[in-house]
Amino acid sequence: MRYLPLTPDDRAAMLKTIGAANIDELFVDVPASARRSGVVDLPLHAGEFEVERELAEMAGRNRTAGQGPFFCGAGAYKHHVPASVDHLIQRSEFLTSYTPYQPEIAQGTLQVLFEFQTQVAQLTGMDVANASLYDGSTAAAEAVMMASRITRRNKAVLSPGLHPHYAETVQTLAHAVGMEIERMPLAIDAEAEVISHIGPDTACVVVQTPNLFGTVTDVSKVAAAAQAAGALLIVVTTEAISYGLLKSPGAMGADIAVAEGQSIGNGLNYGGPYVGLFACREKYVRQAPGRLCGETVDADGRRGFVLTLSTREQHIRRDKATSNICTNSGLCALAFTIHMSLLGETGLRELAALNHQAARRLATRMAEVPGFEVLTPRFFNEIAIRTPIPAERMVQLWADHGVLGGVPVSRLDPGAGMDDVVLLAATELTRPTDIEILARSATRLLSQ
Amino acid sequence: MNSVGRPTRPETAGGEANDYIHPTLTGARGLLQDEALIFELGGWDKTGVDLVDAELDASDLGDLVRTDPIGLPGLSEPEAMRHYVRLSQKNHAIDLALYPLGSCTMKHNPRLNEKAARMPGFSDIHPLQPVSTVQGALQLMDRLAHWLKTLTGMPAVALTPKAGAHGELCGLLAIRAAHRAAGHGLQSEHPRNTVLTPTSAHGTNPATAAFVGYKVEEIAQTADGRVDLADLEKKLGPHVAAIMVTNPNTCGLFEREVVEIARLTHEAGAYFYCDGANFNAIVGRVRPGDLGVDAMHINLHKTFSTPHGGGGPGAGPVVLSEALARFAPTPWIVHDENGFDLAERAEGPAAEAFGRMCAFHGQMGMFVRAYAYMLSHGADGLRQVAEDAVLNANYLKAVLSAEMSPAFPEGPCMHEALFDDAWLDGTGVTTLDFAKAMIDEGFHPMTMYFPLVVHGAMLIEPTETESKAELDRFADALLKLARAAKAGDVERFKGAPYHAPLRRLDETLAARKPRLRWTPTDPAKIAAE
Amino acid sequence: MRFTKDHEWIELDGDVATVGITAYAAEQLGDVVFVELPGVGKALKTGEGMAVVESVKAASDVYAPLDGEVTAINDALSGNPETVNQAPETDGWFAKVKVADTAALDALMDRDAYEAFLATL
Repeated sequence: MRYLPLTPDDRAAMLKTIGAANIDELFVDVPASARRSGVVDLPLHAGEFEVERELAEMAGRNRTAGQGPFFCGAGAYKHHVPASVDHLIQRSEFLTSYTPYQPEIAQGTLQVLFEFQTQVAQLTGMDVANASLYDGSTAAAEAVMMASRITRRNKAVLSPGLHPHYAETVQTLAHAVGMEIERMPLAIDAEAEVISHIGPDTACVVVQTPNLFGTVTDVSKVAAAAQAAGALLIVVTTEAISYGLLKSPGAMGADIAVAEGQSIGNGLNYGGPYVGLFACREKYVRQAPGRLCGETVDADGRRGFVLTLSTREQHIRRDKATSNICTNSGLCALAFTIHMSLLGETGLRELAALNHQAARRLATRMAEVPGFEVLTPRFFNEIAIRTPIPAERMVQLWADHGVLGGVPVSRLDPGAGMDDVVLLAATELTRPTDIEILARSATRLLSQ
Repeated sequence: MNSVGRPTRPETAGGEANDYIHPTLTGARGLLQDEALIFELGGWDKTGVDLVDAELDASDLGDLVRTDPIGLPGLSEPEAMRHYVRLSQKNHAIDLALYPLGSCTMKHNPRLNEKAARMPGFSDIHPLQPVSTVQGALQLMDRLAHWLKTLTGMPAVALTPKAGAHGELCGLLAIRAAHRAAGHGLQSEHPRNTVLTPTSAHGTNPATAAFVGYKVEEIAQTADGRVDLADLEKKLGPHVAAIMVTNPNTCGLFEREVVEIARLTHEAGAYFYCDGANFNAIVGRVRPGDLGVDAMHINLHKTFSTPHGGGGPGAGPVVLSEALARFAPTPWIVHDENGFDLAERAEGPAAEAFGRMCAFHGQMGMFVRAYAYMLSHGADGLRQVAEDAVLNANYLKAVLSAEMSPAFPEGPCMHEALFDDAWLDGTGVTTLDFAKAMIDEGFHPMTMYFPLVVHGAMLIEPTETESKAELDRFADALLKLARAAKAGDVERFKGAPYHAPLRRLDETLAARKPRLRWTPTDPAKIAAE
Repeated sequence: MRFTKDHEWIELDGDVATVGITAYAAEQLGDVVFVELPGVGKALKTGEGMAVVESVKAASDVYAPLDGEVTAINDALSGNPETVNQAPETDGWFAKVKVADTAALDALMDRDAYEAFLATL
C-alpha cells in the first residue's frame, strides 16, 4: 500500500522491541464485543489510476461553470484565479503544515496571516481583522453572537436582503446560545427598514450589501440609528470583489464587517471550502472569535509573528471561550492573500469595474427580452430578474440547454412569494456572447 | 511563568546564538531570505494581473462608489512567487520531517487527493446549480457518507460541519433537539441541561457544551488514565443531556469500559457524544456504533488525510445514531429512481432537522480528497492504517522510555504516546525547553502541556505514514537530547531554538501591546503615491 | 491589609475597600497581559467572579472577596497590565468597593496568617 512505509519485517522487529507477540496485543483494551476480526464491508485498496478513473467519472457527471454560459451567484462567484495562486498554495510548506503554534518554525504561515489580516482590514475599512473563519455564513453567526457579548443584549434583527442561508445559519447558531432572532421577510431594496425594528433590547442589526438581490445600499443611516440605540451594525458582503468599487463597511459606520472571501483566490468547489472574513473595530477585538496573528520580536530582537490574544480561545478558556472555533480556513486565506497581492489596489479596482460592466450589460440585455424585468435598482455584479414563468422552471430549461442561468429565489426561500424571481450574476469571465446566448435562449425556450 | 510553567517571553539569560560567529550583513542566512511584508515592498501602483480596461464607468452608482484609497500593494507575478516561496521556507511541514503533534494526526497528504479535488467537475461547480447538473457531486457525497457510516457502524451522517469543533456543535445540537422533542429542553420543567466531560478533554468539548447553553461538569479520571466509572455514575442523572468522551482518549488510551460508559449513560437517559479526533487509531478495526456511541465527529483532515493547510480548511462530518438521525441539519442528500436530490429545508424527509450549520453543503473539496484516500486504502488498507499508527506509537513509547517517563507505563497505548516531565526533574530543563531544542534538531515539537491531567505533558503521535527509519532517526534525536538535558547541558535548551528562522518569540509583548495589522509609519505618504 | 485564600488583598478605608491580587498570585500567573475589570456600579457578591487576569497562556478568574458595590476601577491597568507584576499590592490594585458589611473583613486572614497559609502550599 503506497501510503504505508512499514514492511512486514519492520513490523515484526518493532513488535519485538515493544515486547508484543502480535498486533492484536496492542488492541487488548478494546472490549471483546467490539473487536472485529475481518475487514469491513467495503471495497479493498485500489491503485492510483483506478481511483483517479472512478473519481473522474463522477466528476464527468457534473456540468462545470467553465463549460458554457454561467450566471450563478447568490453567495458563490466564478472568478479567474491566477495559475500562480494554486501553485503556491500547493507548496508542501504551506499545504502540509499545522496551525502555527510553534512560531519559530511557522513564520511563513504567520506572516501570511498578518498580511491577510491587514488586507481584510483595508478592504472592509475596519481597524482589525482575524485570521479567517469557516465561511461568510458562519462568520455572520459569530458576529451576531459577539454583538450579544459586547452589548449584553439578546436580540438580533436580520435585514430583508440577507441571504436566506446566512439567516438560517445565524438562526441555528445564535439561537443555540439563547439569542432571539428577528428575520425580516425578503425584499429587494429595503435594507434600511431594519431601522424601525431596533429596540432597547437589540444587540445588533445585520444588513447585507450588495444584498441577496444584488442591491447596493448605503447603510450609514442604519449605523447611526443602531449606534444611537446602543446596538451594533454588522455588515455582510458575499461578493468580496465589490470592495474594489463600493464604499467600504467601515466608511459606512459598521461595527463588525463579515464577508465570504471565496471570490478572491478560491474556486466554486460546490460550496466549500471557502474563507470567512471577519473584521471589527479595535475596541471590540477581545470579544472577537477565532485566531489572531500579532507582531512581536524574537530573542535577538528580530521582527516575528505569533498567534496572540489566545485567552479568548477554546484551548485556554474552555467553557468560557468566545467561540469554539479551532481549525479555520488557513489555506483558503493564503489563496486569498496571494491573489490579493497579485491584484493590488490597481488590479482590484479594474477587476471590480469589469464585473460591474458585465452586470450592466446583462441587465440592459435582459430588460430587452419580452416578459423579463430587471428588479434590482442599484447593483454591483448581480441582479434579480422577474421571469415570465416560474424561475425554477426557467433555470431548469436553461440548464437543459447548456446554460447555467442563475439561482431561483424560491430555492433559497420558497415562502418568500418570489417564485418568479431569478438571481443572475456576471463577472469578468462573462462574455457578451454568453449574455446573448442567455437572452436568446430565453426567448426561444419560452416560445417552444 | 504562568500556571503551567511556561515562560512566554524569551529569557535574557537564554544564551547567545553562538553558532553565528559570522553574522551576515543582510540578515539572510544562506537559502533563508529575510523577507519584508508586502506592504513594505512598495508596489502601491503595481499589479500582477493583466485586465482589459472597463469601457463603462460606475457613474450609475453615484456616491456609493469608493473614492478613498484602499491601501493595498500589488506584486508582479515573479515578485509574488519569490515573496511567498521565501515565506514558505520558514515553515515546518509534514513533507519535511516527522510532525508528531499528538491529537492532530499529521499524516502524509497524498497528492492524488489534490489532483482529484481540482478536477473541474468538482472544483468548478456552483453550490446552487440545478441538481440535475451535479449528479456526480451528489453521488460522491453519498458514497462518502456510505463509507463513513460503514466504518463507524452508524446509520446516519451529517456532512456539512466544516471542522471538528463545528461537528461537535452539530452533534450537541442534535442531542439538544432530541431532548427537546422528548420534553426535556432547556426551557422545560425538567430540563436536561448538563454535559459531563472528563478533565482530559479537548478544550473544544467544554467550549462547545457551554456554547449551546449546557452546564459543564467534569468527570474524574482513574490513575490509569481512564474515565472514573464510579464518578460518572454519581454524576449522571435526569439533568444530564450528554457525556462527551474522546475515545481513544487524549492520553492515547482506549477507554476499556466504554461499553459500560455507554450503558450507564443511556440508562440515565443521556446521549453519548464521542469526540472522534482520534479515530485514526481504530479505523477499520473498531466501529464506534458497536460501542454505544450516539454521535461522533470525524475530522477528515486527521483520519482521512486531507491537508491541514497551516490551520484549515478541515471538515467535520458527524455520524449519528438512529435516535438522533432525524434531527440532522439540512441539507440532506436523498435519492430516488430519478437520481440524487438535496433536501435543503426542514420539511419532507428532513422535517425535524434542527437547522443549518453553514450556507451550502459543507467542504466538498475535502470530501473529494477524503474519498480518494478511502478508495486508495480500501477496507483492508484502512485497517492497516490503524494498526501501523498504533504500532508506530508503541514503538516510540518503548524506545523513548529508555530516557523519558511515560505517563502510563502499564499496557499499550493507542496511536499516541504520552510522557510526563518527571524525567526532567532537577535538570533545569522544562517541557517547553525540550520541545524548542527539538526544533534545532529538525523536528516539530510534540503537543505540549496537553492533556492537562499530566504534568508537563508531551504527547507524541507519529501516525502510520512514518517509516521505521524516520522513527529511529526521531527517537535517536530525542534520546540524545534527553541525555544532554540530564548531563547538565542546560544552555542547549534554555536558548533554543538557535537554528530556526527565528529564535524564541516574545508572546508577552504581542499580547500586552497587540499589533494585529501593518500600519503605515506615514499614512500621508501612501495616500500621495 | 487582609487576605483571602484566593490570593486577593483588601485594604479598608472607611467603608471603601481597595482590592487587588497578592504578589504571590502575580508571580504564579506569570507575565500579566490583560486585566478585565468590572464596571463601576457593579454589585459584587462574595465568591462570584469580579475580574479576569490573563497571561499569555492562561486566564484566571478573580473572585469578589466581599459583598459590595464597585465605586472605582484602576483604568491604568488597561494600557499597562505589567503593573500587576511590578507592583501587585500597590499600583496594581483592581477596584475600589463600597463594602456592605465591614465586619466581614474580620473573617479574612491578616498578613501573618496569609504567609503561614502560603507556607502550606
